[in-house]
Amino acid sequence: MKPETSLADLAIRYGFLLLMAGLVVVFAIARPAFVSPQSAVFILQSVAITGILALGVTATLVVDGFDLSIGAVATSAMMLSAYVMVVWEMGAVAAVVLCLVLGAVVGLINGLLIVKMRVPDLLATLGMMFLLVGLQRIPTEGNSISTGMVLSDGRNATGTFAPEFLMLGRYRIDFILPDLVPLSVVFLLAIAVLVWVFLEKTRHGRVMYAIGSNAQASALAGINVAGYRVLAYVISGVMASIGGILLSARLGRGDVASGNNLLLDSVAAALIGFAVLGAAKPNAFGTAVGALFVGILLQGLTMLNAPYYTQDFIKGAVLVVALVFTFALSGRSGRARG
Amino acid sequence: MRKTMPETAIAIRGLTKAFGRNAVLRGIDLDLPAGQVTVLMGANGAGKSTLVKVLCGVHRADSGEVRLEGRPFAPASPAAALRAGVVTVHQNINDGVVPDLDVASNLLLDALAERRDIFLNTRAMREEARRIAAAVGLEIDVTRPVAGLTLADRQLVAIARALALRPKLLILDEPTSSLSLTEAQRLFALVDRLRDEGVAILYISHRMSDIRRLADRIVSMRDGQISGLSETKPLDYAGAVRAMLGHEITEVDIAIPPHGRPVLEARGLRLRAETQAFDLVLREGEVVAITGLVGSGKSELAAVLFGLLPPVAGRLTLDGRDFAPGSPGQAVSAGVFLSAKDRRTNAVIPDFDIQKNLTLPFTRRYSGLLSLMRRAAERAAAERAIADMGVVCQGPRDAIMTLSGGNQQKVVVGRWLAEASRLLILDEPFQGVDIQARRDICRRIRDSAAARATLVLCAEIDEALEVADRILVMSEHRLAGSHRNEDIDLNLLMAQVAGTLAGAAESMEEPA
Repeated sequence: MKPETSLADLAIRYGFLLLMAGLVVVFAIARPAFVSPQSAVFILQSVAITGILALGVTATLVVDGFDLSIGAVATSAMMLSAYVMVVWEMGAVAAVVLCLVLGAVVGLINGLLIVKMRVPDLLATLGMMFLLVGLQRIPTEGNSISTGMVLSDGRNATGTFAPEFLMLGRYRIDFILPDLVPLSVVFLLAIAVLVWVFLEKTRHGRVMYAIGSNAQASALAGINVAGYRVLAYVISGVMASIGGILLSARLGRGDVASGNNLLLDSVAAALIGFAVLGAAKPNAFGTAVGALFVGILLQGLTMLNAPYYTQDFIKGAVLVVALVFTFALSGRSGRARG
Repeated sequence: MRKTMPETAIAIRGLTKAFGRNAVLRGIDLDLPAGQVTVLMGANGAGKSTLVKVLCGVHRADSGEVRLEGRPFAPASPAAALRAGVVTVHQNINDGVVPDLDVASNLLLDALAERRDIFLNTRAMREEARRIAAAVGLEIDVTRPVAGLTLADRQLVAIARALALRPKLLILDEPTSSLSLTEAQRLFALVDRLRDEGVAILYISHRMSDIRRLADRIVSMRDGQISGLSETKPLDYAGAVRAMLGHEITEVDIAIPPHGRPVLEARGLRLRAETQAFDLVLREGEVVAITGLVGSGKSELAAVLFGLLPPVAGRLTLDGRDFAPGSPGQAVSAGVFLSAKDRRTNAVIPDFDIQKNLTLPFTRRYSGLLSLMRRAAERAAAERAIADMGVVCQGPRDAIMTLSGGNQQKVVVGRWLAEASRLLILDEPFQGVDIQARRDICRRIRDSAAARATLVLCAEIDEALEVADRILVMSEHRLAGSHRNEDIDLNLLMAQVAGTLAGAAESMEEPA
């Protein structure tokens, strides 16, 4: 039972990080501009929103659940913030607070549907997704929200996006170079650290992993399994609403057409995270790396002038490879050791 | 000793079956006569289910011979066993029915699976189904989906489906475990009729009331062998239980401590609506074992004490104060711990290492500011528990699944011994462990027992004798006996386990 470090073990543990480093090297040789600070920041900015959503869905994966409503929560939060400021003419603080409340309430409802009504997690959150996709368009009859839009009573909306609100998505901090790091990247990094500490270092995270591994044994250890399940969905909902706030602040309008890829990209990031360091389970660090990986890949392909439709294909291929790393390889070596 | 009967339906000779190095059936000789109900008793792991699985074609025997009405019988698949006339109704009722299909389709399922035509003649099917249902006294609309039926009706559908195949041997595996009294009566009437029609019936059950009602013969199994056979009336029920449980008395060195003050008191406790109330007092410093057959109510008692199930009636006090836990969490806060049975499903967190498994119920104690885990404190506690329990491992960070069964059991039991409790309940703490692990766990339970009350639930009497100061017997969901663990009258204890003494026997007379 001595832990031997075979080649397969090494491949499972570090394979994905090596692959990522290799990608960077290849892109750097092909396009030297790829390794500039600006390029690095651009990559981070492109993954900030999906990364935050992915960290939320990671919390539900940890308790052996799944949240399909995150994309819809994010776009709902975007529409809500725009409506609050443009139509109700309220300030940035009100917009942010209402969006966070929206995310928490949706998460709470998801959690209660799953825990109390015993609706399977995929179905409950899928239903919630449909509901929100429709709901967010009702107040404006399906139109995008921006200053000057015509309201249903014929007046023009006169409210504007508060400048402080727009800063959340557009402000850049001086770091090495002036105006380099966008605020949204700072949010991503801060949230990633917070979620990582919560899941790995606190007893709440510990208990959530126990529930994901064996819920019945956890309940018999005196753990409030239902409570923690609901908490996971609330975390996921709040994260998604933060993503929606950043999206709204970046766009400066409530755009009904944006945010289509949020769900799939963030789920992909969380699942790729399973393969990082051979964790074979949902984890915050892996999710962050997974989001980064997707960002690097897409930025590199863009710089190589790869057509846009190949990018989805490559994203999917990467996800499949990552899942093979996680399940086939680690599963086989696990059996061999046992 | 075996009578040669001309109408023996099944004759089994020298049957063996092993899974890897684990010999499960070790030379079974058994006759099942036509027109008789043979009850098969055996503790968990005795080999009952393996024997059934060989007979119904799921497993193939390693050696030995089975003859069905004189011809060799070695079914290669469950379908082959069915065709040959051996029909099994499994314990898990949904194995016998397809919930989403209607009653008619279920009744004709075996025929449907064999047929070659593509389209179904619905009307003819329903006619046929009605005929089959009527034959077992099942009065039901055959167009209803099975999912909407009661458990008892589902079971009758499964049996009716079986009977449509004109069985020579019908195997019923714990068929009454989820039936009400009246539903069970209906089943018994059906069994009576089949017996009259000359079907050989193998009836697996632990319920003494069922056994008294139905048995023509009782066969006991223990450790993969037939350990007892009673086929002359009156049947020797206590003897059958003794043969099933065995009792090689191990060297027991129990020093019974002086009377402590009561920790848990239960007054007028009733576990089920139709069962009798009983009292229970557990004292500080003593280790009490409760023994009894599977289904005698031991686990329900544990569930009530741990807040998983409210009692039907009765009042609990813990250290003199009212105690009515609404959840395991509340029970744990009150100082009542339960180490659950079946560690795979109820205790082990497979993704965790030893340390995290050990500290799981008490993470709050090893966390500080902002709920952050205090690693050093946690590790120290884990190392202490590993040393106390004698867990064989390289260190607290070993994955739990790399340990042997006995060492896994030490971890999940040690989880609850690591913290002080008022009442510690251990449900089958020696389940699936080797003799050394059993000794270690037993020693640790007794060594740490002084400052709490300890309740150990075990079906094996040997285990109770090895661990307890006092042994209580549970039967039909109430306490049927109490013994100080010195010079125990084992015959009396066995009789209480079998329920052949006072009270239990009165209501259920044997049919003449």
